[in-house]
Amino acid sequence: MSQRIKELPFSGIRKFFDVAKEIKGAISLGVGEPDFDTPWNIRAEAIYQLENGSTAYSSNAGLLELRQEISRYMRERFHLEYSPLSQIVVTVGASEGIDIAMRAIIEPGDEVLLVEPCFVSYKPCVLMAGGVPVIAAPKAENGFRLRPEDLEGKIGPKTKAILISYPSNPTGAIMDLHDLELLAEIFIKHDLCVISDEIYAELTYGQEHVSIASLPGMAERTIVLNGFSKAYAMTGWRLGYACGPASVMEAMLKIHQYVLMCAPTTSQHAGIEALKNGAASVRAMKSEYDGRRRVIVSGLREMGLDCFEPKGAFYAFPSIKSTGLSSDDFCMRLLKQERVAAVPGNAFGECGEGFIRCSYASSIDSLKEALKRIGRFLESL
Amino acid sequence: MELRETLLGMLERDSRLLPEDLAERLGLQIEEVASELGAMVDEQVICGYHTLINWDKTKREFVTALIEVKVSPQHGMGFDKIARRIYLFDEVKAVYLMSGGFDLTVIVEGDNIKDIAYFISDKLAPMESVLSTATHFVLKKYKDHGIVIERQKKPDERMIVSP
Repeated sequence: MSQRIKELPFSGIRKFFDVAKEIKGAISLGVGEPDFDTPWNIRAEAIYQLENGSTAYSSNAGLLELRQEISRYMRERFHLEYSPLSQIVVTVGASEGIDIAMRAIIEPGDEVLLVEPCFVSYKPCVLMAGGVPVIAAPKAENGFRLRPEDLEGKIGPKTKAILISYPSNPTGAIMDLHDLELLAEIFIKHDLCVISDEIYAELTYGQEHVSIASLPGMAERTIVLNGFSKAYAMTGWRLGYACGPASVMEAMLKIHQYVLMCAPTTSQHAGIEALKNGAASVRAMKSEYDGRRRVIVSGLREMGLDCFEPKGAFYAFPSIKSTGLSSDDFCMRLLKQERVAAVPGNAFGECGEGFIRCSYASSIDSLKEALKRIGRFLESL
Repeated sequence: MELRETLLGMLERDSRLLPEDLAERLGLQIEEVASELGAMVDEQVICGYHTLINWDKTKREFVTALIEVKVSPQHGMGFDKIARRIYLFDEVKAVYLMSGGFDLTVIVEGDNIKDIAYFISDKLAPMESVLSTATHFVLKKYKDHGIVIERQKKPDERMIVSP
């Protein structure tokens, strides 16, 4: 086995999953995917396409009609202009986008800034591409927004890129225009490439998502990753896309064509339907998440946990430091004692220690029962 | 969306929600929600609260008919007055004024087909304004008020923990 892969640790989530799956009747706050079924019009379109025999490979970059729809969506929704012919690659989930973006831009030894706590794949993707991850850690008191001071001393001559992801998994933090303007200035000054994972862009509460690529001088240095999993409840379809400068997209497409050929064609047809006629379903799901968000945050606060208000994605990220337990101990004991699965914050980076990730992609009834059990657990400590 | 429409949307989906539930989910004070609900009841924006029941799973036997009614409104007796004369019957569960090939949809419930036949022949058809009726019996309800009646309970197939 290659040394590089041998040294790559398994995700902290996997370790916890192995224990959690053995606990019967557990309520899970550990799920990183929507609890809704994919809207029927999207499923029906996929069924129709299968019945119709549309089962061949698509072009490497994806069906042209899908790329045209993505181009329209990015323009109308986020004020971003991408040519369907040269600036969009349809990927197998946004996860593939992370991998091929890293491989397309990193030379061995290049440093890539990661903003932890973050999605578990970022660091391994940098390492597998031969890069060196450098960690920036935004503070909880700043609502986990990345501030210029969090980058002090982190950017050097070897820094090639930064990967940001807002709305954030696991913190639920978002960045507004002003936050992004402060960062864009630094990224331009240091000539950094920005990989912006915006998979939760549709799920913001109280304010609209702003893509960093829409700021002056940023589109030419930014790879935007997005997909259908979270907004349209399409996790299992494995469909995402990357948008960016034509030269970078060409490089990413080269890797994509050799490794995957194309994203599943049925999923691509479903994606076209999602972009054409899925907006109302997205609004309905988002409204439901918003209600749950308030229930879980107020519930956690009422039991004395410090929980900043998440304004995006579907996670709350309360601090459990007041209990004196580590994130691992807290989650393991909560699971065994009260059969509630939450994810230790340190699974998303060392600076997630002292926090737990609670997903509210579950029914209100489940959330309320989970909150009741967490309250009982805290009283028992 | 305005508060009023938001509250109504939530109550339409689940009329069991109490003011405290609604307030919690919307991040509002209970008093504000309670006052808005009270106003909507007073203004008859909220006209009632229903439970959606699959009667096929109970011992109660009854039939539902959808009757297409053509009427001839006469002077001083517009559609509204004719509709009123129809909807005041207890067995009539719904009346809608329609566009298209007929004028009123009348939904009627009875213990059996005989009850419905009696209502049509003795109450509805003899009305002066009623020109004709066409009756359709409901055989099975698949979806009602946005809810699939016999939805199969699906286990949560998601992994208990995922990134």
